[in-house]
Amino acid sequence: MDLGHTAVLLLELGAVLFGLGLLGSLAGRIGLSPIPLYLLAGLAFGTGGLLPLDAPEGFFSTGAEVGIVLLLLVLGLEYTAGDLVENLRRQAPVGVVDLLLNGLPGAALALFLGWGPTAALALFGVTAISSSGIVSKLLTDLGRLGNRETPAVLGVLVIEDLAMAAYLPVLTGVVAATTTGDALLSVSVALATLAAVLAVAVRHGNTVTRFVGARSNEILLLRVLGLALLVAGAAEAVHVSAAVGAFLLGIALSGEVAERIGDVLAPLRDLFAAVFFVFFGLSTDPSQLPAALLPAAALAAVGIVTKFGTGWVAGRRAGVGPPGRVRAGAALVARGEFSIIIAGLVLGSVPAAFGSTVAAYVLILAVLGPLMPRLVDPWVRRLAQRSAPPRSSP
Amino acid sequence: MDVEETRLPGIGLRHDLVTAQGRRVGVISQRNGARHVVLYDERDPDATAATIELTAEESEVVAELLGAPRITERLSRLREQVESLATEGVPIEPGSPYVAATLGDAAIRTRTGASVVAVVRGEEMIASPTPDFRFQAEDRLVVVGTSDGVAAVGDLLNPR
Repeated sequence: MDLGHTAVLLLELGAVLFGLGLLGSLAGRIGLSPIPLYLLAGLAFGTGGLLPLDAPEGFFSTGAEVGIVLLLLVLGLEYTAGDLVENLRRQAPVGVVDLLLNGLPGAALALFLGWGPTAALALFGVTAISSSGIVSKLLTDLGRLGNRETPAVLGVLVIEDLAMAAYLPVLTGVVAATTTGDALLSVSVALATLAAVLAVAVRHGNTVTRFVGARSNEILLLRVLGLALLVAGAAEAVHVSAAVGAFLLGIALSGEVAERIGDVLAPLRDLFAAVFFVFFGLSTDPSQLPAALLPAAALAAVGIVTKFGTGWVAGRRAGVGPPGRVRAGAALVARGEFSIIIAGLVLGSVPAAFGSTVAAYVLILAVLGPLMPRLVDPWVRRLAQRSAPPRSSP
Repeated sequence: MDVEETRLPGIGLRHDLVTAQGRRVGVISQRNGARHVVLYDERDPDATAATIELTAEESEVVAELLGAPRITERLSRLREQVESLATEGVPIEPGSPYVAATLGDAAIRTRTGASVVAVVRGEEMIASPTPDFRFQAEDRLVVVGTSDGVAAVGDLLNPR
C-alpha cells in the first residue's frame, strides 16, 4: 500500500506523541522526571536508532526551537524583577561558588579530552546549572516547600537562571565568531543588548504587560506567543540567543496577566518542551553513546559531590543546620533542560562526542536527581539525631 | 510574637512563627491563592513534619474558624464600651405631626443629638435611611443616643 506524504507524517507524528504520553505516565508512576525518557525516545527514533523515523524531522527541528522559547518564557513569568534583584543582592556569593564549583570540572574534562575552548565553555555551563523544572517539582512532590533550606535552594536556582541570561549570549557570540577579535566584539554587543533589554524589562514591565493583555484567552495566547517569537528572533539575530530573549520577556510581563499567560501557555510549553527533548535525542548518534558513558558517569559523580558542596554553602549562609544543608545539596543534583539547551547551541561547532556525552550526562543526573533526596535520607536522619537539642519534656 | 516572612521565588511567600509551646508553624501563600499549612519537625527544626494543602476556599474557612472566636470577643468588649448608649424603638403615632414628613424635615440629630439608624415598617427593615426618607404612621424608628437624647426623640415625634 502506498501512503501519501501527509499520511506518513501524521501517522509518525501521532505515534511519537502518543508514545511520549505513555512514557510520561510511566515516569510519573515510578517517580521519575519524564526528561530522560523523552531523550531516550529521541535516541530511538533518530538515525541509527531502534525505530528511525524521517518524515517529522522538519516538525521536530522547528518545534524544538519553539520549545526553548516557551520553556524560558514560562520560567521568566514565574519571577518578578523584584525577586531577581533581591536574590542577586543576597545570594551572589553563593551563586559564584555554585557556578565555579560545578562548572570547572566540566570545562576541565572538555580540555582534557581535547575538544577545544568552545566545548570547554559549553561543558562548563552544562555541568554548572541545575534543572529548575526538576528541582522545583521535586520540592513540591516531597512536600518540602516549607522547609527552612528551601528558600536557599530556590535562591540558587534563581541565580543560575540569571547567570544563564548572561552566559548564553557569551556562548552564542563565541560560536558565531571566527577570530578572537570577532568573538570579543560580538560578545560585547550581545552583553550590551542584554543589559539594555533587562533595564527595559525591569523599568517598563507594566507597559509591555498592557501591550499584550487581552480579555479573551485566545487573543492573549496569540499575542504573547507572537511577541515571544519576535523577541526571541530579534535576540537571536544579535547573538543574544532566542532563549534569553524569551526569558527577559517573561520577566517583563508581570502581575495578574502574567499568571493568566502562564496558565494559557502551560499546555503548549509541555508539548513543545517534549518535542525539544526528543529533538536533542534525534540529533545525537546512539552508536556513540556507549563510548560516552564512562566520561559522562565520571562527570556525573563529580557533579553530584559539587552540588552537595553548593547546598552546604547555601544552607549555612541561610542559617540552616547540617541536616538541612545536606537536603539542599541533594535537591540541587538534577540537571536537565538547561544543560540540553546549552549543548544544543554548540552542536555544530564541537566534536560529535560532545553531544553524546551531554546526553548521557543528563540521562544519568535527570534520573538520579529526583532519587537523591530519598537516597540521602538515612544520613540526614542520623545528622538530625546528632544535632538535635535535648528534648525538654519526657 | 515574631512572625518571620520569607520570599520563595517563583512560588510565593512563607510566614512562620514559634508558638508559646515551642512548636514552629508556617503558612505558605502561593500566588494562585492556594495555602500550605506547615508543621515543623521537633527534632530537626528546619524540616517539615507535616504539610496540609488548602485551596483558596478551604483556607478562608480555616481562617474564619481561627478568627471567629476572637471577633466575638472583640464585639462583646465593644458592647461594654458603648453601654452608656441607649437604643430604642420610637413609633410614629397616627397623630404625629411628622406623618408624611421626611427624615430631613424632622432634623432629629440636630435637635436631640440622637441618630436614626434604621426604620422598621411592618415586616420590612430600612437600614440607614437617607434624609429624603418619608415617614408613615406606624413606622418604628431605631434610635441610638444618650438616654436623654432618645427620650427627647419620643417627645419630638409624638408631642402630648
